This record gives sequence, structure tokens and C-alpha cells, in this order.
Amino acid sequence: MSKKIAVLKGGRSLERDISLKSGHRVEKALTELGYTVEGIDVDGQTVKRLKELKPDAAFIAMHGKSGEDGTVQELLDILGIPYTGSDVLPSICCMDKVLSKHIFKASGVPTPPFYAFNRDAFQELGAVDAMPIIGDELGFPIVVKPAAQGSALGIRFAHSIDEIPAALISAFSFSDKVLLEKYMKGRELAVSILGRDPRALPIVEAITKTEFFDFEARYTMGKADYVVPAEIPEEVAARAVDISLDAFKALGCSGFGRVDLILSEDGALSVLEINTIPGFTETSLLPMAAQAASIGFKELVEEILLAALEA
Amino acid sequence: MTRIGLDKYEDFYAKRTGGMRSSVMRDLMAVIAMPDVISLAGGLPSTESFSAKTLARVTNEISMNESAAALQYGPTEGLEETRANIVKVMEAENTLADPERIMVTTGGQQAIDLACRILVDPGDAVICEAPTYPGAIPSLCSFEADVRQVPMDDDGLRIDLLEEVLAKLDQEKRKPKFIYTIPNFHNPAGVSMSRERRVQLVQIARDRGLIILEDNPYGQLRFEGEQLPTLYSLDEDENVIYISTFSKIISPGIRLGWMVAPTPLLQKFNLGKQAADLCPSTFAQKVVNEYFKEARWQDYVERTTEIYRVRRDAMLAALEEYFPEEATWTHPHGGFFIWATLPEYLDTADLLALAIEQQKVAFVPGAGGWVDGSGKHHMRLAYSLVPEDKIDEGIKRLAKVIKEQMELYKALKG
Repeated sequence: MSKKIAVLKGGRSLERDISLKSGHRVEKALTELGYTVEGIDVDGQTVKRLKELKPDAAFIAMHGKSGEDGTVQELLDILGIPYTGSDVLPSICCMDKVLSKHIFKASGVPTPPFYAFNRDAFQELGAVDAMPIIGDELGFPIVVKPAAQGSALGIRFAHSIDEIPAALISAFSFSDKVLLEKYMKGRELAVSILGRDPRALPIVEAITKTEFFDFEARYTMGKADYVVPAEIPEEVAARAVDISLDAFKALGCSGFGRVDLILSEDGALSVLEINTIPGFTETSLLPMAAQAASIGFKELVEEILLAALEA
Repeated sequence: MTRIGLDKYEDFYAKRTGGMRSSVMRDLMAVIAMPDVISLAGGLPSTESFSAKTLARVTNEISMNESAAALQYGPTEGLEETRANIVKVMEAENTLADPERIMVTTGGQQAIDLACRILVDPGDAVICEAPTYPGAIPSLCSFEADVRQVPMDDDGLRIDLLEEVLAKLDQEKRKPKFIYTIPNFHNPAGVSMSRERRVQLVQIARDRGLIILEDNPYGQLRFEGEQLPTLYSLDEDENVIYISTFSKIISPGIRLGWMVAPTPLLQKFNLGKQAADLCPSTFAQKVVNEYFKEARWQDYVERTTEIYRVRRDAMLAALEEYFPEEATWTHPHGGFFIWATLPEYLDTADLLALAIEQQKVAFVPGAGGWVDGSGKHHMRLAYSLVPEDKIDEGIKRLAKVIKEQMELYKALKG
């Protein structure tokens, strides 16, 4: 009797479209591997459906809100259904860039200097008056990001103090918490992590034709080139792997994930964030890295699934 | 080490595709399309009000009596009967057209594309309104036009600013290939070009030897005010190419529109259409022609126009009640759209993400109306397909989001 797997996808996040694509590919792969697959575009009936279905495991192909932030993980814990990827707490922490960066800092994982605010800081406490200090501390340009949003939506650059309010209002359109981060000029590296015993896959470098690795660059074919393994000195690659695995473990992640880093011009590495459910689309980095390690898409999907089933 | 350009066809693309841009709408489409989102985005006609019985009767008539002809190729310029019906439609706007000067197209959209195809070389100047119809931009960009956009006000295209642009081009020893304008109930701006400015524009084209591309999909959908003459009807010098469509007066799904042009231009457009799709759908034309035999087309237009008027009124009332006083908006006398302007520090593309996520309401960010992505603090609101109670609720929700962001901005600015 083949195992019954529910693939959870879609939902209402702004990455719904990406999630549907991811979900579709995963369903196809699992079906070809001989599993009995039910794709579920999550909605108000999902918990009911899962109770009826009683799957052996859930493969979570949701991105962003509700899928990557611990919400669906908590529900699956309640239902007693094993699921792919990280547990509730690491999901909560990784979805929130502010939380994860604080944990990186506390664990000695290098990450760019930053300050974080929610709306109340400005509306109730007058945080605007702290901006000049922040400008001095971080230097310009400052990267202004929503704390909880994927696919690079809502990321803006403030090149001067006058540009900060506009950048902030953009970021606040995507999240109630934002962070202002020091801009690290350098190369964008992605270290994909896989396995019950986490190991790093070949490092991918994203070389974009846009200003940075934004939404358009990620999902429009031809807007970015990728080099895998990244053309970096062995020593740097080894450090990147160490730092990524440290970050992954510090946050308590499991199963798989992707750590995004910047390699600065002076050779320093810093972690921007961890994605606990990176994309599975044709332009996504995790499958690309797996391919470079001779792990085909089906194999990748199965390894992620087995880590959940055997947990 | 492998360098992976995920698009393995990159070296094959024609240079002109470099100008093609995806729209923010497309990226968020999957969320906007969800059933519980109140979408004030799409300018969709109210096709549910088209009588299914009528459609059945019409198609049955065609199937029983002319099926072989309906299924067959037809002439590139369109069937004679179709062109005769188009003459009737234009007559309703006091515009006389010679059926020999008409070519039936696959929607007005194709007419815009053909105009670009036939007239625009890379780098050629083209003048549009600011904003312009977002759907024209892909064609203009893919033919690598140098687009100059001229602001509008409540009376439409600013003729004084147009003259400035033309003077500037004069200095560069250049002429625009055409001036693209949507004079009636502009998409997205909602405004209409005043009679006075229509006369001025036609005069300018005459004096300077320019071509005007007049796009008039909504002219029949007037709620109030006097009918304004089409530029085509004011033109005595063969400077106007006229585009219109059956999309808003019968159905967008049948994909039938038309262009009216001076003979030499029409011949070239004909060649262009032959290359594009050989001929307009014979079947769709038969549907339209059969429908016209029942002589009911104007009744339907009147009926749907009344539906749109009520919805426009609902939206204007809701805007008045809920929107912040710093916002302004246009008061269209017809058509589908209201154009709202917010404080300049708000980016409506970002606002859209927030509006969808938090309030389940969607609209079209204004930047889609500019080639260079300007117009970030505007938004297009469509009332055509949404019932009045949903319009009120949608605007209420949208206002909430806008006001919250405005409050926040005050705190961010200090």
C-alpha cells in the first residue's frame, strides 16, 4: 500500500502563485515516485479535509504567511500528521527576519548590523527622531525590508535620510515590522541545506540583471543567471557552509532549507536570512543546487519527505 | 562549475523584446482572482446581463442556415455585412464612415498593435496621454517606440503641453509617428476630451501633418452630458485613424473590433492583419451580424449603460464618504473607470499588496499607465462588474488601508 501524502499549497499569501507552481511540481514528482498524492489548495476546509484524509504525511509547499510561519505546522502537530521541513518554533523565528537576526547575533552567526521597528515605535514613541542616529550608524544606502515577507517583495533602498520615510512606508505595506539593515555590497550566495543530518548542497550564486535579487529577478526567466557551484575560493566556500549550518542549527531548523548570504568585497560573509520552505519552481535555487549534486528533483522531494516520515 | 542562464533561449530573442515588461498585476493575479476578494481591478463589461436566450437563438440561426459559411475563412477586411453594421454603430455617435475604409480586427487591441507594427520603427516618437491605456504599452514597447506622455486634466489631454512636446521634437527635427488618444471616458483616467480641445487637436494634426490614433471603445456608454464629436468626424484632412470595438457594446469574448483609416494606411494595415491572423473570426462576425438583424443592439447598450451609471454613482458616493480628504478622483460621465490620486508619498503597487492581504480588495496601481513607471500615487478603480453593495464595501475597505498608511507616514516623517 503506497503511502498517502497531502501536498499543501496555494493559500492566501502574496506568494500564492509561486506556491501553486511549487505544489504542482512536487505533486507530479511524488506521483511518479509511486505515492498516493492529494493536492490541497488550502482554505477554510483544510483541517476538515486532513482529518478525513488521514495522510501518512503532509508535504508543505506553501510559501510565506500561514505556510512558512508555523501556522500550518501547529495545526499538523495537533492533527498528529508528520510534515516536511522545520517545526513550529524555527518556522516562526525564520519567517521573522528580526527574530532570526537576533538569534544569529546571540549565537555568533555573522549578520549585517540592523535596527528593527514596528508601527507603534513610530506612531506611539516617535522613532522618527532616531533615524539620524541610525543613518550615522549604518551608513547609506540602507536596506529597508519588511520583517516577514518572502520573495523580496517590499525591499527598498534608502540612499539618504530623506528617502527613509518612503522606503519605510513601502516595507510597512508588507509587514507590521520592518528592519533597516546595513547595505553589504557583494555577491549573493545561497546555501541549500538538506537531510535529516543536515548537509550543505553546492553553493549557488545569483547574478542579477536587476538592481538586486528582487521578485522579478527570481521568477522571470532570463532576469538572473546562476553559477553553481559558485566561483569562490575553496576556503570561502567552506566558511560559507560552516556559517550556514551554524545558522540552520542555531534556529533549530530541520529537513531542508536555504540560507541566503552576502559575500562582501572584503571577503566577509554574513547571513541575511533562512528560508524554511524555499521554492520548488523551475527558477528556484534549491532544486538547482540539488541538481548540481546529482540529486534529481524527484530524489530531492523524496529525501525531504522521508526525513518527515522517519522523524 | 556550471553557469546556468535559466532561459536557454536568451540568445534567440529579437532585440525588440527587451522592452517588454511584466506588470505588477500579473504577479499578484493568483491572489486577486480569489472569490472573496472584492476586485475593483478588471474593467470587465457586465456580460452576465447579455441574454442567454438571445445568444442561443442567434447561434442556432447561424448553425442551421449558414454553418458552412460561418466556419469558413473570410476576407481580411471583414465581411461586408459586418462593416455595414459598424457604419450603423458609428452613426449612433454622429460619425460617418465609408465601409470601404473599415477593417474588422480581433478586438481594438489588435488595431493598436497593427498601428504600431505598420508605423513605428525603433526609436520613433509616439505621443500618448499620461496616463495612457496600459494595454497599449506592451505594443509600443515591443516596437521600441520613444513614447512621450502628455498630462491630462478634467478636460482631457492638455493641448498646451502637447504643443510643448511637439516643439521639443521640432528642435530635434523629429515628428511623432502618431498621437494616441482615448477621448471618451478615458481608460484609466475616466476623463473626456472637451469639445474645444478636440477641435484644437484635429487642427494641430492638420497644420503639422500628423496622424492621430483615436481609440474609442467606451463612447456609447454615456451617463450624462452631451455627446461629443469624435475626432474622426471633425477631421477633414484624413489625419485620423479611428479604432473601436464591440467589446463593451456586445461582448469582449467575441474578439471583434475595427479600424477606420485613409485608404493607403488601410491597405498597409490589411497586409499587417493578413500576416497576423489572415482574417477576423467569421463565426464571431456572423454572431454579431445576426444579432444586429434583431435591431436590438442599442437597447442592450442602454440597459448596460444604466447598470454602469448606477455603479458609478455608488462608487462616487462611497469615495465621498470614506476616502481621506487629501485624495482626489475624477468624475467620469461614462465608461468604466474612476481615477484616484493619493498623496505622493504613497506607492499604490505596495498599497495593493496590503489591500489584498489585509482587506481583500483589489484595484489597478496607476504606474501601469506610464511607460517609465511614473504615476505611483494613482489608482484605477473599475465599477463595471461589481454590484453596488460590494462597491461600497470595497471602497470602505480600501479607504481604511489608505488612511492607516497616511497616519503611519505622518509618524515616519516626524
